[in-house]
Amino acid sequence: MTAAVFFGCAFIAFGPALALYIFTIATEPLRVIFLIIGAFFWLVSLLFSSLFWFMARTITDNKDGPIQKYLLILGVLVSVLIQEMFRFVYYKLLKKASEGLKTINPDETAPSMRLLAYVSGLGFGIMSGVFAFVNTLSDSLGPGTVGIHGDSPQFFLNSAFMTLVIILLHVFWGIIFFDGCEKKKWSSLLVVLLTHLLVSALTFISPHYGINLVSTYLIMVLMGIWAFFVAGGSCRSLKLCLLCQDKDFLLFNQRSR
Amino acid sequence: MALQRLDRSPLGWFFRLESNTQTALFQFQNTRARHRRAHHGGVPWPSPSGFPQRSQDSEEDLDEDADRYMCSGVPGQPSGLEEELTLKYGAKHVIMLFVPVTLCMVVVVATIKSVRFYTEKNGQLPYGAGREQSLQPAISLSIYTPFTEDTPSVGQRLLNSVLNTLIMISVIVAMTIFLVVLYKYRCYKFIHGWLIMSSLMLLFLFTYIYLGEVLKTYNVAMDYPTLFLTVWNFGAVGMVCIHWKGPLVLQQAYLIMISALMALVFIKYLPEWSAWVILGAISVYDLVAVLCPKGPLRMLVETAQERNEPIFPALIYSSAMVWTVGMAKLDPSSQGALQLPYDPEMEEDSYDSFGEPSYPEVFEPPLPGYPGDELEEEEERGVKLGLGDFIFYSVLVGKAAATGSGDWNTTLACFVAILIGLCLTLLLLAVFKKALPALPISITFGLIFYFSTDNLVRPFMDTLASHQLYI
Repeated sequence: MTAAVFFGCAFIAFGPALALYIFTIATEPLRVIFLIIGAFFWLVSLLFSSLFWFMARTITDNKDGPIQKYLLILGVLVSVLIQEMFRFVYYKLLKKASEGLKTINPDETAPSMRLLAYVSGLGFGIMSGVFAFVNTLSDSLGPGTVGIHGDSPQFFLNSAFMTLVIILLHVFWGIIFFDGCEKKKWSSLLVVLLTHLLVSALTFISPHYGINLVSTYLIMVLMGIWAFFVAGGSCRSLKLCLLCQDKDFLLFNQRSR
Repeated sequence: MALQRLDRSPLGWFFRLESNTQTALFQFQNTRARHRRAHHGGVPWPSPSGFPQRSQDSEEDLDEDADRYMCSGVPGQPSGLEEELTLKYGAKHVIMLFVPVTLCMVVVVATIKSVRFYTEKNGQLPYGAGREQSLQPAISLSIYTPFTEDTPSVGQRLLNSVLNTLIMISVIVAMTIFLVVLYKYRCYKFIHGWLIMSSLMLLFLFTYIYLGEVLKTYNVAMDYPTLFLTVWNFGAVGMVCIHWKGPLVLQQAYLIMISALMALVFIKYLPEWSAWVILGAISVYDLVAVLCPKGPLRMLVETAQERNEPIFPALIYSSAMVWTVGMAKLDPSSQGALQLPYDPEMEEDSYDSFGEPSYPEVFEPPLPGYPGDELEEEEERGVKLGLGDFIFYSVLVGKAAATGSGDWNTTLACFVAILIGLCLTLLLLAVFKKALPALPISITFGLIFYFSTDNLVRPFMDTLASHQLYI
């Protein structure tokens, strides 16, 4: 519970997202706007999920006991459903905006749907990660001993890694989801929903961090690979990029300087 | 002003900012049009908003009024070439407003979270040298909110806060009307003097108190000579930058700082529930004052439009940047400091009307070695937002940060809500093309998200976090 824990966990959880923001989004004002709108949509979905949970709790009159745990689980699952629903709503909104833009100005290049998918995924992810972790982070600055009652002393570290994986997962889910919507491949949407439910459900076995984290990271890697191929990447382009032989990429970078 | 449907998709606005529009919620400085005498007759876009309409009190004046919004009416019509440019610059202006609003909120939230002084209620004034200074704003503000909130019942407390709000709003309405009257009868010296008094108060007294409290919090000792030197330099440079000439970035920084200071004063001295009711009431007042035909702000705007006068510099945040062809067009006296947006004829006019130049827009000088663009004019539009908007946004976010539970989720939710409200307001501006207030949408969203996040989302997220569940 020191500054080291605070900064360490903060950078573990938000470092990649910050890097992605700085290098890909901060330079273009339009992307920043779409990121914030995405974050807003996630926030609204959270609001509805909390409303649902609150109403469920008042209906069962706030009795203590196992029913609270079941209600919480139900709340989590419903929340996942609502989040994916709002992702779909955001997709529809972006689609309309893109069409409007094309009619106004056919020669200017509007952001492509893939880019918007990435930006919206990042917006969802950042908001989700921040809401999940920031209170824990601010507690870590204060005095205290972690795990004094027999809980795991790795509470903060585990939460930080989980937050990181959730943010990245949201990015990949966004890309896959939007691509599925574009190509009308509803199976993609279903897979995104199911993996989201799976990841949330895995956190129910919370104190056993090993299984929880490892499987979630595995899912993240799989989703990442899928999103890479969906977004138009291929083994060849990856090889060219890694060996710095991708001429288009190099030229593009030079031009922007 | 003809209402004009831009396009089918409202979000398309972000790609296109209609320059033909007669209004500006935010002022768009169309400097290219200025160079085209034929279109504009050399008249720059006046920025009528920004009059101190609210409090009379010497501490409070400056910014709370400075406007919620700007008004309308570009005298000339820019050519079609403008419209293409707007496509490129539309989203950029939104970001040019996001950044200062975010900075102001960050300063306010950081202060609230670290300096205990601004969350202590009046009854717990700290002992020591700061006490006398901190009593003074408390006394003057409590004139506006005389009904106490230390009542036994909820109903009584609510009633008291509503009464406090009524008093505050009526003071504000009276001030606005007084200001409009002053402006109509051209009592510019009076207004100028008033503005200078209020910025003096903010830049010196409030900064002194703020600095004192920050030093106390971090237990840093500072001797009076150093303190005097610091505050004097800060305040003097601030007065020069805001009321006269100075680098754009410095002026922007000072405006953000005084908005933050003002917001902190409000957060400290307004009673809890009254503050929320006042926020709501101010948004409604804004809506009424700008949209009703006899609303004071609308009359102000129209008067300023008729006279083609610029607005006072101390009340508007401007982010305009301009590069022009040919250094010859620059006013030689402002080389290296400030580039004047006016044509020489307009300069004379403004000298006549105020007796001293008052330049609402501050532009960066072109870079001396600026390559290439000598052959073509390259201009950018600037965006303006009234300081009152900054203040009330920061009050909302600051209060969300101040209320007890130390919950960051509420603060962040309010922050995102306000930014979205700002986006939506700009969007509505493009769709309706009339003068629109900047407060209502953002404050409404902020209030909705504050109360719902505090009561619904917080217990949910806390329970999830304690069980380490992730959604």
